[in-house]
Amino acid sequence: MNVVRPIAAPGRPAVATLGLFDCDIHPRPLSLEEYRPWLSAEMWHRLSTYGIRPRHGFAKGYPFPKAAPLASRRDAWPPGKVPASDLDFLRAQHLDFHGIDIGVLNPLQPSGQGDQNDAFSAAMAYAVNEWQLERWLRDEPRLRASVVVPYEDGEASAREIRRRAGDRRFVQVLLMSRTAEPLGRKRYWPIYEAACEAGLPVAFHAFGYSGWAMTNGGWPSFYIEEVSEHATSCQSQVISLIVEGVFERFPSLRILMIECGFAWIPSVGWRLDKHWRKLKDEVPHLRRAPSEYLRQNFWVSTQPMDEPERPEHLLDVMEWIGWDRILYASDYPHWDFDDPRTAFPAFIPPERRRDIFGANARALYGMPAA
Amino acid sequence: MAARYVVAPAAEIPPGARKVVEAGQGRRIVVFNLGGEFFALLDRCPHQGGRLSEGKLCGLVESDEPGVFRYGRKGEILRCPWHQWEFDIRTGRSWHDPERTRVRAFPARVERGAVLREGIPAVETFPVRVEDDYVVVEA
Repeated sequence: MNVVRPIAAPGRPAVATLGLFDCDIHPRPLSLEEYRPWLSAEMWHRLSTYGIRPRHGFAKGYPFPKAAPLASRRDAWPPGKVPASDLDFLRAQHLDFHGIDIGVLNPLQPSGQGDQNDAFSAAMAYAVNEWQLERWLRDEPRLRASVVVPYEDGEASAREIRRRAGDRRFVQVLLMSRTAEPLGRKRYWPIYEAACEAGLPVAFHAFGYSGWAMTNGGWPSFYIEEVSEHATSCQSQVISLIVEGVFERFPSLRILMIECGFAWIPSVGWRLDKHWRKLKDEVPHLRRAPSEYLRQNFWVSTQPMDEPERPEHLLDVMEWIGWDRILYASDYPHWDFDDPRTAFPAFIPPERRRDIFGANARALYGMPAA
Repeated sequence: MAARYVVAPAAEIPPGARKVVEAGQGRRIVVFNLGGEFFALLDRCPHQGGRLSEGKLCGLVESDEPGVFRYGRKGEILRCPWHQWEFDIRTGRSWHDPERTRVRAFPARVERGAVLREGIPAVETFPVRVEDDYVVVEA
């Protein structure tokens, strides 16, 4: 009881000898005005007059409070600003503090993704992508951008991906996990085609305002339900992607699931394989057992870490998914942020943690070794 | 063995306020004034190390059955600014696992300048006047 742990001081994990990559940082504009330089007069009028119109309600708020204001760490508010709206503050509190080598931006809100109006959603995606470059990457070489796409419009999304193809500042395509139809449906295939052409992984990040409840039992009452049910809502996306044959058509497609949890993945593979043995003729386009696609085409982020009581259970799950498939994510500045030094239990072997921090992201994003 | 530290003149931490001090071995300690009572906790969440001094003081919502809520102990429950873990500032015990998960709590009280002996280190340089009150933490 007398052991005094050091105070929260800057520092990076000692095992991160192959670099420290953070695949989940959420920048936010201080106001919608920040997007204005890249919007046409018409689209700016639309944004400033009607705002963003997702496919379900609570556009300006949340169905329930998300643990803390703007779902953010209470110590992440720069004076007079909102969390992750200020580059200097983000540098000091996150990149410098934890010694992050490369941080990937995932702009979530307000981004116009999933908006009712396809043309507006496409215009916003373009603006948000330019905003990432100008506002964040121009002065900070440690940051990388995600290609935000108007994912409900496959063709427009493909155009945005092709516009960014070859620009190494963009390292992935970004979708939200909750979409108007399951992600395996053909309407989304142009996204996968363009991503494969560009050599970019497609990340989907938990959340989204799809118009559907994330449960198939209707709308939940509590935030704790929503954050726990990301697992089930992502299961349906994984199953759809596999059984619709997306990976037969695009074998090089790489999917990264961010903030979706991961301990549920093996059981989905087992269940799919079991049924596939009996129902193969319903999905004759699948030439391999579903779990093989799951292991070959999917990557996951760590935050939120699943925390079984027994260490061996976590190790078994991570082994099943693949130690080379797991990437560190901080989720900065959100309230459920993971400090890289304390997020991982010590029983995860040091060389595995080293790869989770560095090698796996380098391989997925195609970056040279340190 | 715990040492005693004079951390502040009592008037500097009015009711509802808090102060972060460093006391011995570089430890950051956050001192709260709860309606005239003083409490001191290590300024580090036992979960992932968030600075508890940046957290919000709130009350405790309790329920004996679904749909019935009770709000009490206003200002006595500290929520970590990161993951919202709740701690009782009187004891340092967490709400979700009070036996095993707790933040270190240090005895804190007010003493008259006149009774403070020579040799108790003050954490900042301020004069100790016999007629004033001071917050003393054993840490």
